[in-house]
Amino acid sequence: MDPIIAAIILFVLALIIGFEVITKVPPILHTPLVVASHAMASIMVVSAIEVTGKANTSLTTILAFIALLMGTINVVGGYFIADRMLAMFKGDKKKK
Amino acid sequence: MDFLRNVATEYQTVFYLFTVIFFIFGLKLLTSAKTARKGNLLSALGMLIAITATLLYKGILSYDLIIIGLVIGSIIGVVSAYAVDMRAIPQFVAILNGFGGGVSALVAIVEFLKGELPVNVQKLPFDEATKAMYFHGAVSLDMFVGTITFWGSMVAFAKLQRLITERPIVLPAKNLINFLLLVGIIVFAVLLTLYPENILYMIGILVLASLLGLSLTLAVGGADMPVVISLFISYAGLSAGTLGFVFLNHGLIMVGALVGASGLILTRIMAKSMNRDFYGILLGNITPPEMAESKDSKDFYQGKVKSTTPEEVAMILESANTIAIVPGYGLAVAQAQGAVRDLYNELTKDGKEVYFAIHPVAGRMPGHMNVLLAEVDIPYDKLKTLEESNELLPDTDVAIVVGANDVVNPMARDAKDTPIYGMPILDVDKAKTVIVIKRSLAPGFAGIPNPLFIKENTLMLFADAKPGLSEILREYKGLKS
Repeated sequence: MDPIIAAIILFVLALIIGFEVITKVPPILHTPLVVASHAMASIMVVSAIEVTGKANTSLTTILAFIALLMGTINVVGGYFIADRMLAMFKGDKKKK
Repeated sequence: MDFLRNVATEYQTVFYLFTVIFFIFGLKLLTSAKTARKGNLLSALGMLIAITATLLYKGILSYDLIIIGLVIGSIIGVVSAYAVDMRAIPQFVAILNGFGGGVSALVAIVEFLKGELPVNVQKLPFDEATKAMYFHGAVSLDMFVGTITFWGSMVAFAKLQRLITERPIVLPAKNLINFLLLVGIIVFAVLLTLYPENILYMIGILVLASLLGLSLTLAVGGADMPVVISLFISYAGLSAGTLGFVFLNHGLIMVGALVGASGLILTRIMAKSMNRDFYGILLGNITPPEMAESKDSKDFYQGKVKSTTPEEVAMILESANTIAIVPGYGLAVAQAQGAVRDLYNELTKDGKEVYFAIHPVAGRMPGHMNVLLAEVDIPYDKLKTLEESNELLPDTDVAIVVGANDVVNPMARDAKDTPIYGMPILDVDKAKTVIVIKRSLAPGFAGIPNPLFIKENTLMLFADAKPGLSEILREYKGLKS
């Protein structure tokens, strides 16, 4: 199959799964959801790693390094803040 | 080691498949407050797989810079994630989101400047010219999406942080300007695809896309930020997706679509709860409808407002069985979450049924108010959604409104000439008694008076949220002793 068509098919399938799964998230968890899905988008850091490892001129090295730095802050910050928020949601267990 | 590197390079897509599966199950666990934390962990694990596989990738020549970048970035990430105030989460998300767009655009620029096609693009079964056209087309699209996301998010951050005014800054002939910018971007993108040796075309895309990002978000008012943040999450997803098309990286393409979908759904939910046109928002029309001329609120309220005292409120609460607390963003501004929690604890201790009625747009981003209340240990099953609350409210003895205004304004139901007409609201006025804690009769974001305040069963307690709530609590405790 044409690799580009395959890529587009993947894109559409993932879109459908996304719609399917996320429609079921209750409103009380919307903020963590925003943060967590945002953290997932930061998977872009992998391409920043790749271009940093391959950069060949000083201009591309600088640009790639900035991208890598922003990407890492994005991933790490995103996951940690989501975890910090989710840890705060507690049930009504400790009834006094 | 060589073996590992071979595997990671040959089966890159398989590793990404694992990542995506982890992400999907992670999202699934996020649908319930009980399992949400595990879900986040699972998705972080998926991310770790992707990053590890990339680090092992054969094309990487030098690790020095990568390690420095990863370490510094991780430290900044962890420290800021623990230092940030929960009220500032929207700003934090906005700035991270901008970083996402920035990464996408920067990587595309680097890849373009290198002048060499990515490995996966080279493998395409086309002739050289077609491959180059595909690559430069994808790069143009990616620069466009990434740059808009970057500048849009940065403006959103500046607005939320009050670095610039929260009022909408609307250029004259805004739609025409945006349209021309878009046309310009398309022209440059086509030129870049056909003549990639001219770097000016790339700069053209970057400049025009920056201007478009600025013009779109500057036009948004502070009250509409929840919509904008959701929309930019979706853009960040698209940035990841388009970057995936540049490299023909299946992992990025799948995740980009996943996140793009999640952002779009949230945008639609937010648009609905604020009565904004979803498709209009997609086209960049996020500006609220024309503000109706503020009616003379003095006349409106003249002589009809019943004001009350903390003492009286305490007595009403004592004889009540079910109590709804309706918090708005004003509660967080006044830092009264602790005071509300204390009142909640005292009332539940006496066996009263207390719940929180939360409008979807209370706070500055989707679900923000829930986080702020969870932070002060309110159990999540007491946080009720708009629909749940509206079922409960007619049977509720007392509804206490703190720091909310437009979301409880009954004008939304029938006053066609107001900006909030058609917006779903909390039916607070159906409760037997309504107590509104508010500093003055000043209008909310929509700039219109609120007939709830002059209703038969409404009592106004003119006070700051925090001392007001503490006073009520003290009087309430005094009644029992």
